[in-house]
Amino acid sequence: MSRARADEEEYWHSSKFRAFTFDDEDDELSQLKESKRAVNSLRDIVDDDDDDLERVSWSGEPVGSISWSIKETASSSTSSLEGRDSSLQKGSSSYAAFPKQVSSYSLSSLFKGRNKLPSFQSLSDALSDTGIKNYAPELRKPKADYKDYSSDWSPKDTVRRMQRGKVCSLERFRSLQDKLVLLDEAVAGHDGNVITAVLIFLKRTLRREILFRELEVRQVALCHLIHFLKETGEQKLLLDLLRFLDRTEEVALSQYREHLNIQDVEKRREFLKGCIGLPFSAEDTSHIQDHYTLLERQIIIEANDRHLESAGQSEIFRKYPRKASILNMPLVTTLFYSCFYHYTEAEGTFSSPTNLKKTFKIPDKQYVLTALAARAKLRAWDDVDALFTTKNWLGYTKKKAPIGFHRVVEILQRNNAPVQVLQEYVRLVEDVETRLNLATKYKCHDVVIETYRDLKDRIQLTAYKCKVERGSAEEDKINSILNN
Amino acid sequence: QEHEVEKMFTLKPGRLPQADVKNIIFFVRPKLELMDIITDNVLREDRGRSPQRDFHILFVPRRSLLCEQWLKEQGVLGSFIHREQYSLDLIPFDGDLLSMESESAFKECYLESDQTSLYHAAKGLMTLQALYGTIPQIFGKGECARHVANMMIRMKREFPGSQNSIFPVFDTLLLLDRNVDLLTPLATQLTYEGLIDEIYGIQNTYVKLPPEKFAPKKQGEGGKDLPTEPKKLQLNSAEELYAEIRDKNFNAVGSVLSKKAKIISAAFEERHHAKTVGEIKQFVSQLPHMQAARSSLANHTSIAELIKDITTSEDFFDNLTVEQEFMSGIDTDKVNNYIEDCIAQKHPLIKILRLVCLQSVCNSGLKQKVLDHYKREILQTYGYEHVLTLNNLEKAGLLKPQTSGRNNYPTIRKTLRLWMDDVNEQNPNDISYVYSGYAPLSVRLAQLLARPGWRSIEEVLKMLPGPHFEERQQLPTGLQKKRQHGENRVTLVFFLGGVTYAEIAALRFLSQMEDGGTEYVIATTKLINGTSWIKSLMEKLEPAPF
Repeated sequence: MSRARADEEEYWHSSKFRAFTFDDEDDELSQLKESKRAVNSLRDIVDDDDDDLERVSWSGEPVGSISWSIKETASSSTSSLEGRDSSLQKGSSSYAAFPKQVSSYSLSSLFKGRNKLPSFQSLSDALSDTGIKNYAPELRKPKADYKDYSSDWSPKDTVRRMQRGKVCSLERFRSLQDKLVLLDEAVAGHDGNVITAVLIFLKRTLRREILFRELEVRQVALCHLIHFLKETGEQKLLLDLLRFLDRTEEVALSQYREHLNIQDVEKRREFLKGCIGLPFSAEDTSHIQDHYTLLERQIIIEANDRHLESAGQSEIFRKYPRKASILNMPLVTTLFYSCFYHYTEAEGTFSSPTNLKKTFKIPDKQYVLTALAARAKLRAWDDVDALFTTKNWLGYTKKKAPIGFHRVVEILQRNNAPVQVLQEYVRLVEDVETRLNLATKYKCHDVVIETYRDLKDRIQLTAYKCKVERGSAEEDKINSILNN
Repeated sequence: QEHEVEKMFTLKPGRLPQADVKNIIFFVRPKLELMDIITDNVLREDRGRSPQRDFHILFVPRRSLLCEQWLKEQGVLGSFIHREQYSLDLIPFDGDLLSMESESAFKECYLESDQTSLYHAAKGLMTLQALYGTIPQIFGKGECARHVANMMIRMKREFPGSQNSIFPVFDTLLLLDRNVDLLTPLATQLTYEGLIDEIYGIQNTYVKLPPEKFAPKKQGEGGKDLPTEPKKLQLNSAEELYAEIRDKNFNAVGSVLSKKAKIISAAFEERHHAKTVGEIKQFVSQLPHMQAARSSLANHTSIAELIKDITTSEDFFDNLTVEQEFMSGIDTDKVNNYIEDCIAQKHPLIKILRLVCLQSVCNSGLKQKVLDHYKREILQTYGYEHVLTLNNLEKAGLLKPQTSGRNNYPTIRKTLRLWMDDVNEQNPNDISYVYSGYAPLSVRLAQLLARPGWRSIEEVLKMLPGPHFEERQQLPTGLQKKRQHGENRVTLVFFLGGVTYAEIAALRFLSQMEDGGTEYVIATTKLINGTSWIKSLMEKLEPAPF
């Protein structure tokens, strides 16, 4: 803590803002304190209020002691910012920063019939308030004003009326020809809301084959329908449509997505099994296959282990009760689990790590990392040792790690490995500089001393002497090397 | 309250809170999830209570027929006496910033090919023109930009009466597709505001911060528990100090804060010199402002400390190093060790996706073998169901195999000078300071458009996706601007699909350049950062609650 604090202070160029805690005993300051209290309590009130508002409004007037008082002076702003500051003062959330000609604007006929549109400046005020204010008189309008079933609108007019948010009856469009003209008009208007509305109408009134056929030549409308079906979850129609369009990969993915909605694992497994044959890309096919195999495996492991755990016979489960079920966990998590609970099992069992490694073709690197993390967590240092020991044909043993020993050291360190274990692996780090860094960081004195000895670096070695304990074996070691 | 609104509630499922009111108005975005919540609210309403409450619904920004259909199917549509829309397309966020706050705009445009948000963008622009005059020049790059421009021209043609007689405020409108520049949001923003957003996420100009650093330091309260509620702060340019530091590179913030501390401390010292009653009175009258400045400074010092804890961490540094390597074109064509390590250590998936996508974009797609390797590792570590997300990213062009066999990125980088080796973070002379070396492509396009014009970079524009174009809107002769010498042009830059705070900072920097000649106002569909952006493209993996 104290070190961190010192750093901070250095960073802020010994800034003096700390002096403003108002803790000094100065009598003259008692009035200041009082005013501060007043300001603070004021802020509390304001803040509460603000909180309430904020949930609904995106741009509430900034209320808080800062903003209102800042308007009073902009004197200390730097010259380069001045131009902007003057506009910013007026309010970040008020639109007044732009010059405007308030008097002359009248909303154009574009917004005719939408006189509910609030004036633009008022957007900046808490928008809900103004909204309601502007609405209040509107609400008393007779409903009939908005609805207009009787008139005979052309497709174009209908679309335009719908764009303005009026209710229009589409039932008048009986013939296929009329309906398609309507759809084309809607698409030309680019308003997704209207397009979707027309599509809902067409979907209800047209035969599926005809709808699909006509949409195939109307890509924009097609995209909207697909999006709409996805949103509303009309899975069956969606799949039919995609199949009709021969978008097989999308069919496959869309069907596969369904498994997320299946809670029951057995049913989910069955469902995934059915997905294997779907026309995914070659790459994805193997992933889906793996997904199924993994869940199948997890179900078996889960059933076994739950039994073992509740029976209370197995030591490992008694000592480290499971925190959660392994179902639906990712592969690497499953591997970790299996390295944790089933490390010594023969390859033949479903739950053994080696079996998992083989079945899912887990790369060496990934496997070693996971196994290392699991065994280190259990503090099974012999297993860790075995993980990196290889025997060549002459029977000599050699240490090898596919992930680099500096990573091994990090993982061990994170699992609080004792120094004896740690330094064995630090010693194996090839790069001298990294080795020295790690050894120094984790206080593996022997390694540091040996490395300096090999480098014949007397100066560093002498310097290191002050880092080891006085009268310790390490100090003796350094002395004996230095004396030679 | 002044409109006799009793109370405002946030929308949540279940029974409506008790309140003795007659009318209840739902203010909602037209989304189906929200409709379900409302349905739930309405259905649980106590029928027997009197007086019976009336329901109204207001859609923002548009009344959605789909939503009404949905409510109808749930059998509650009839419960609403009024169904209206509140046409709020562009919401002002700051003096120079407008946002539609439509999170899904990018996803809808590029994954679902649903252009509704573009329609709203065009509408918003029409409103803006009705208020601030017709914008004489429109430039654009990208498919969506083209669409929006087309819609604007069409709307204008269909409503000839919309020709208004307002003197135009904006000289130029620049429409930019987000997918023209997929790179920028993926990189970690290094401005003060950008970092706050990256680390804590700014929601509608508010940020929630861990409370520890904001504990009140008062005497006699030493034993009191630390506050557990997150500290909530509003961030915008109304706060003098924030306006000054928000767009600076984070490495330049510390010195500003310490300078401010000295100024304020000097101001408070003046009380010792106040001798006469008049002087004391004057001093006291300044107190509110000084108090505000003091608390503002304290807040930002705390925030800066929080951020500094993170930016000085080893992992942040490693991550940044890899990002910068990719962006400057180093080793983008092979599997990256750091990314592998992160996967092995199960760092958050979004972080991994950001890096992999960044590598893909900086290499015009990854070699098939590299891509397959990443995909496999991601799926094995985070779960196979993410196959759906990976597919989405591929569809959006963020993560893809290199098809043409050619990597265009180096050419683009060199021509547009996207990578600058000598950045000055303290006193920047180029926009690349916002990413400490990388100059955001989108902003570079805006900059080059102003001077010397896009004609000079035709070749590169062709390499970027989508068409580029120019349109002119005729103004009545009386309204044509006679430019005074030295007067700045005003350009509205509209980012379709989202914009980051760092890009905004870069544009503000250009506005302030003395010889820049152009001021920028920014509009967007949504304020984004790499994390929120990738998140919007991810498949929702939790099953729906019903």
